[in-house]
Amino acid sequence: MEEILTVEGLSKTFTLSRKQQKIERTAARRKTAVDNLSFSAYRGEIFGLLGPNGAGKTTTLRMLATLIRPDSGDALLDGCSVVNSPAEVRGKIGFLTSELKLEDFFTPNYLFDFFSRLHGVDPDTCAQRKAAMFSRFGIDRFAEVKVANLSTGMKQKLSLVISLVHNPEVIIFDEPTNGLDVLTARTVTDYLQELRAEGKTIILSTHIFSLVERLCDRVGVIIDGRLVACGPLAEVCDGLSIEDRFFEMYKEVKGGDE
Amino acid sequence: MKKGNTWTIISKEFARFFGDRQLFFTTVIMPGLLIYLIYSLMGNGIQKMVTEGQDEVVTLTVENMPQSMAPMLNAIDSSLVVVEQPFGDDDIARLEEKDINAVLLRFPEGFDQLAIPEPGQPVPNVEIYYNSTNNASSRVYYTLNAMLGNYNRPFTVNVPQSEEQRFDQASEESIGAMIWSKLLPMLIIMMLFSGVMAIAPSSIAGEKERGTIATLLVTPMRRNELALGKIISLSGIALLSGISSFIGIALSLPKMVSGEGVDYADLGFHYTTSDYFALLLVIFASVLIMASAVSILSALAKDVKNAGTMVTPFMLVVMLAGLLPMFQNGAAESLLVYLIPFYNSIEVMVAVFAHEMQWMPVIVTVASNVVYTGIAVWVLTRMFNSEKVMFSR
Repeated sequence: MEEILTVEGLSKTFTLSRKQQKIERTAARRKTAVDNLSFSAYRGEIFGLLGPNGAGKTTTLRMLATLIRPDSGDALLDGCSVVNSPAEVRGKIGFLTSELKLEDFFTPNYLFDFFSRLHGVDPDTCAQRKAAMFSRFGIDRFAEVKVANLSTGMKQKLSLVISLVHNPEVIIFDEPTNGLDVLTARTVTDYLQELRAEGKTIILSTHIFSLVERLCDRVGVIIDGRLVACGPLAEVCDGLSIEDRFFEMYKEVKGGDE
Repeated sequence: MKKGNTWTIISKEFARFFGDRQLFFTTVIMPGLLIYLIYSLMGNGIQKMVTEGQDEVVTLTVENMPQSMAPMLNAIDSSLVVVEQPFGDDDIARLEEKDINAVLLRFPEGFDQLAIPEPGQPVPNVEIYYNSTNNASSRVYYTLNAMLGNYNRPFTVNVPQSEEQRFDQASEESIGAMIWSKLLPMLIIMMLFSGVMAIAPSSIAGEKERGTIATLLVTPMRRNELALGKIISLSGIALLSGISSFIGIALSLPKMVSGEGVDYADLGFHYTTSDYFALLLVIFASVLIMASAVSILSALAKDVKNAGTMVTPFMLVVMLAGLLPMFQNGAAESLLVYLIPFYNSIEVMVAVFAHEMQWMPVIVTVASNVVYTGIAVWVLTRMFNSEKVMFSR
């Protein structure tokens, strides 16, 4: 298998504000969000980062998407460094978070064209891809309807579509089914499988065990910013369900404190 | 820097603005329209107050008319009918009726024979009864008051001996210019800032709030293209709002400051092409720096509401700077003053409206504002790169 993503010793520390110190109930001014993370992902697979809230999954994905810069370590994405060549990396990835809310005022047509221009997609390719993706997700009927007037499910599908206007090789997806209704969640997971079949690589973060079991070829378990297990799903599960295996690892790391 | 991405951002912001009829109306059409309507109504109201009652006939009833006064009272103006007869409390009570154009004037008996009293002795009292809510009655009262106030004094002050005689040697043009230079810079700055305020706080904070900032930042577009695109588009929209307000002011000022038939040019409102060009340059430079500052505050804010809260104190500081010309005479002379952002624009406007415009302060102002905008683009670019600014909640 061709390695498309190599993460080596990725670390990130944040300075906590006084407010955050109170929330986290700590006197420490700094918090290590990601601690010396190393893993690989291969072309044509779905790699899942599994962990509880605050484990460092989103920070890791943001570093891979070049949105934030690691304190140390690096990640090579299709040969391009997220530290030294962020612009090249951005041309190869699609990044999507479930928190995305598109601007109400614009239509799907406008948004697709706008993000295509920013990604440097030529108009002909943009038109072809738009037609295909709008048709795939049933957006074509609403192409000229403002986002404000779309259903929640349609808005979520549109968010996915505009993140992929440039047909990226690697798709980084933070909590892909968070907040989605069941029908849209199914549409999204089905599409991720289609992308895998096309040879795309998907790196996703989640805390949902069933999603990992259903979608992921390989999984990395992240707790308190550290990668405690990484490998093919069956290998990591070691004969247990992913849920049971996760709680075993969690107890080992936290010393039985859930 | 690739021009394309900056233009893509500008065109998106413009599409957002011009496509939203409500936003366009409230930001561009309404300020000018409101200013025109409010100032015109105020001007008409003031003019009406001043002129109303001027031609109405007023009956002046005089009790104990002194011989020395009769010719003066009869000569006040043709709309005054002087009746010599005593009046009582009933007549005074009737004045309460607002639509009665009347004034009652009572002299002490033997007014002409009264000697000037020694200090500490009672002073003869002349009574004038009138109704201040009736413009005609009020007008006659003030005339009588002024006339009697000067009666029997050994001298008068500044009573013109002919229509041409003037005591204030300032030309009408320079008086007008002084008024404009004190009023207009503040108004223009307020209008421009309100244009920026209408859209800028939501421009970047809105992207953060919706999470679209991450989608923008993972495109190959460079951060400085995004920063420049945002600042230029916001400046353009704010400029439109400022122009709308300026048109509103320009159309309504004649009604505000003078009655019909008054030559506007006599009030100093005749500026050269150079003046207008300098004004345009400095307005553009002001808008750039305002949009830059508000964009930075908007990027610092967590959400749109927070951005509004952060921008308000800043707006008050700029407004205060706009008030400073009220307390100074002419524009600043030191070129260093023209390096102070915001205040430099106000000073140039003061100079333009006071007919004292010189090119060097204009050049320093525009150049420094462009440099400050460049710094702001750099700061905003750094902010787009900062996870603490972009993603902290």
